[in-house]
Amino acid sequence: MPKRGTPPLHGGEMVPGTLDLLVLKTLAIGPAHGHTIAHAIEHRSEDVLQVEHGSLYPALHRLEDRGWIASFWGTSENNRRARYYRLTPKGRQQLVHQTSRWDAIVRAVNRILRPAE
Amino acid sequence: MAIWRFFRRSFWDDERAREIAAHLAHEIDDNIARGMSADAARTAAYRKLGNPTLVREDIYTMNTLRFLESVWQDLRYGVRLLRRSPLFAAVAIITLALGTGANTAMFQIANAVWLRTLPVPHPEQLAQVQLDPGKGSRAGERTGRYSVLSVPEWEQLQRRQTVFASMAAWGTARFNLAQGGPMQLADGVWVSGSFFDTIGVHAFRGRTLQPPDDRRGCSTPGVVLSYAFWQRHFGGDDTAVGRTLMLDGHALEIIGVTPPSFTGIEVGRSFDVAAPVCAEPLIDHTPDPATRSTFWFLTAIGRLAPGMSVEQADAQMTALSPAIYSSTVPATYDAETRREYLALTLRALPANTGVSALRADYEQPVWLLLGLTALVLFIACANVANLMLARASVRMREISVRLAIGASRRRVIRQLVSESLVIALLGSFAGLLIARWSTGGLIALISRMDPGLWLDGRADWRVFAFAAAIAAIACVTFGVAPALRGTAVNPGAAMKAGGRGTIESASRFGLRSALVVAQVALSLVLVVSALLFGRTLRNLTGQELGFDARNILVAAIDLTPAHVPADPSAMFHARLLDRIRAIPGVTAAAEMSVLPISGSGWNERIVVGGREAAKLPMFNRVSSGFFDTMRTPLLSGRDFQPADATRPPVAIVTQAFVHEYFPDGHPLARTFEINTPVGTPRITYTIIGVAQDSKYNSLRRAFPPIVYTDVDQAPQDDAAPHVMVRTMLPASTLSDALSRAIAEINPGIAVRYESMEDVIERASSRERLMATLSAVFGGLAVLIATVGLYGVMSYIVARRRTEIGVRMALGADSRRVQRMVVMQAAWLVIAGLALGAVLTALGGRAAASLLFGVQPTDPAAFVIALSGLFALAVVASWLPAHRASRVDPTAALREE
Repeated sequence: MPKRGTPPLHGGEMVPGTLDLLVLKTLAIGPAHGHTIAHAIEHRSEDVLQVEHGSLYPALHRLEDRGWIASFWGTSENNRRARYYRLTPKGRQQLVHQTSRWDAIVRAVNRILRPAE
Repeated sequence: MAIWRFFRRSFWDDERAREIAAHLAHEIDDNIARGMSADAARTAAYRKLGNPTLVREDIYTMNTLRFLESVWQDLRYGVRLLRRSPLFAAVAIITLALGTGANTAMFQIANAVWLRTLPVPHPEQLAQVQLDPGKGSRAGERTGRYSVLSVPEWEQLQRRQTVFASMAAWGTARFNLAQGGPMQLADGVWVSGSFFDTIGVHAFRGRTLQPPDDRRGCSTPGVVLSYAFWQRHFGGDDTAVGRTLMLDGHALEIIGVTPPSFTGIEVGRSFDVAAPVCAEPLIDHTPDPATRSTFWFLTAIGRLAPGMSVEQADAQMTALSPAIYSSTVPATYDAETRREYLALTLRALPANTGVSALRADYEQPVWLLLGLTALVLFIACANVANLMLARASVRMREISVRLAIGASRRRVIRQLVSESLVIALLGSFAGLLIARWSTGGLIALISRMDPGLWLDGRADWRVFAFAAAIAAIACVTFGVAPALRGTAVNPGAAMKAGGRGTIESASRFGLRSALVVAQVALSLVLVVSALLFGRTLRNLTGQELGFDARNILVAAIDLTPAHVPADPSAMFHARLLDRIRAIPGVTAAAEMSVLPISGSGWNERIVVGGREAAKLPMFNRVSSGFFDTMRTPLLSGRDFQPADATRPPVAIVTQAFVHEYFPDGHPLARTFEINTPVGTPRITYTIIGVAQDSKYNSLRRAFPPIVYTDVDQAPQDDAAPHVMVRTMLPASTLSDALSRAIAEINPGIAVRYESMEDVIERASSRERLMATLSAVFGGLAVLIATVGLYGVMSYIVARRRTEIGVRMALGADSRRVQRMVVMQAAWLVIAGLALGAVLTALGGRAAASLLFGVQPTDPAAFVIALSGLFALAVVASWLPAHRASRVDPTAALREE
């Protein structure tokens, strides 16, 4: 049980810190609400990545705080009120930046795991 | 973290709650669509989300400034604790409020006089011109509060200087607005045409004076009013500009009004009317001052040229002085006075905080009083610290529990300090209110010395910064040490002892005892200073003056608006006196040129037996009947008589004069001469009488040698004499009758009344201020220290209850126990008094020059203060001692 005040690690199977990147990538396609984002990540990773929904909202809050995403209330496809998020220009820059960083890390890790044959 | 989210964190909490609810709703919808039952869908959705409260909590924490949050929590906790012990809170806050209030009030005065900068653009570029006090001297007439320059000197200075981008001359004046009858005085300033542009003040209405308004010999000068005067006198009427104002009987056109923020460049005074320098000869009926190189009534202020510093200006003023003075030497001077005149040296000083004659007068009193209030504050802080220590030891068990279950010591200290912070904040806030209220009273007290005094007592950022700083200092002094002390406990030992140790450890009492000793010591300093200043005031006002000041009304008369010819043969003054003496109820009346104890005076160099005397006697010109009116006995010889008017000059001298110049003791019918410049005839005076010594212009100075000459023999009548009237009538009745009598003779004569006792009170108002305030501070200190001692002794008795119980069980009687407690207190007090005596003796030197007729180490003051404080201390400790002796041994021991 996480103590109050320490960052939660609900990430489950996910590499820590990747949730932010995945949320940004998902929102790059278009505005979406939290539920859609969670399912979109699961679907597009072919259910490999399981998002614990509870950890999604603190992440969204944090991203909004940094000004990378913005939110508004809208009506969902089920005709329910939902809070929608969209990427801000600053968030778009971050997405590019974070993606290239991620690529660099993956390449580096791969170089160690599979040295050139 | 965006700060705005902190303030809207409950909004965001709701927002997230709704969002999570929406999420769950979507998930449940999906689950049902996938064919789950409603219940299963709900369960699955919650499982997938996790604990919604935890999610919200995580977000909530993200929104808090952790530090602020906990400080706020601590402060609220502090307030809660204080509300649980209202008596402690009240004592702590009130003592602190009195301490900070006294300090802030004194600081506000210091701020108004010394620190506040002038409300003009770039005040730091302004510099004032002054005479180097040690160099040279000048003979002639000086008037106004800043008589540095004559008009010729000003013109030379302006022409030669290169350090100032612009310069202006100004001087102080007093104008009578009334046309006859009771005077209506206005504070005036003479300003050169460049004045307003130099300091950077623009007109609020109309225009300010400009260089073309100040041409030599101007016949129709215009005047500028201050905003306050415009409001007071014209009700802020816009049509005032263009109307005329009567100044000493001359109609002058009002050309403009200055903005509300500008009250003049002189601190301690506000001006009402500014008139151009060129109008001075017109209004004062004096010859054109441009031709009078021995009439000093101006000073100069300048705005530094770009890149110039005040130091450079100062250097240039000094360098230019020989050239300026050698081209303005008055023609009437002989070789000696000429040499003295040429030695005069000008200096330049910063004028960013304005110019003030008050500063020199009040520098010592104000800093000394600030020092005394700082002591009061320190005593108050020590008191609160002692209370805090007592509380900390009562709470020792609670603190031990907190530390034992894992609270960090820092956290506990912070909590204890925040309680002090609450006290400090509330105390300083209350202190600020006290200061606000008492500063007005203080200014009123100071302005009794000088009815024209005007101080801006408004609080500005410096006052708030000062109050905040002393609150912080107070908080640290009384909060941090007890907090450190209170948390330096071994939880295990403290809990085992249960806070009821048989004998309290000595070190814990050490700090408390030290605080009591310090309180007693500082109280002694304050009490002794109160006694010394009280004695000073009594000595000053109770001393032999040489005349009887009771039942004398002084009428200050101004003949200038009446245009009475200054012809001594006109018998005008004699007629006036005869008319006044005829008023029923008037016992005696006389005229004099110098009002005693008023601060102004006149001396001359005399020649006795062909040799110039080293010491200069003081002079006064009086009418016959003067000694009778003043009840100054004539010891030998006779008073002036009307017949003297046509005889050769005669004089009446005082005992001190005889002692100084005629040591053989036979002055009657002997002569002396007044030394006049070479080439002018010397006047020879024959002594016809000897009067008892009396005070001249100051209460502090010993009886000086005085020469009284006869007004009827004066070459020219005094345009502004004082008429002293001895009467048994109430002042208001008499002044009405006097005004009627004077108006009968000439309705144009202006007159102002004052009782002689008021004159003396005004002369002693600085001492009155010191005596009053030091008495207040001393009383405050004693009160706080007594309460402190009582508190500490009560506490000690409570802590030693068990020990006392054991003693009594073993046979000590109640008397013995009482003595034991009182002795413990007595040792603290004796240590404090000894320390205090040393401090007082050391600090007394700072006050020496403010005392009169009493030494800083006056044994009587020390004995009274020491025995008084000791007696109070015994009383304060007797109550706890009495309580200790009533301890029931069985009850006390059973508690163990």
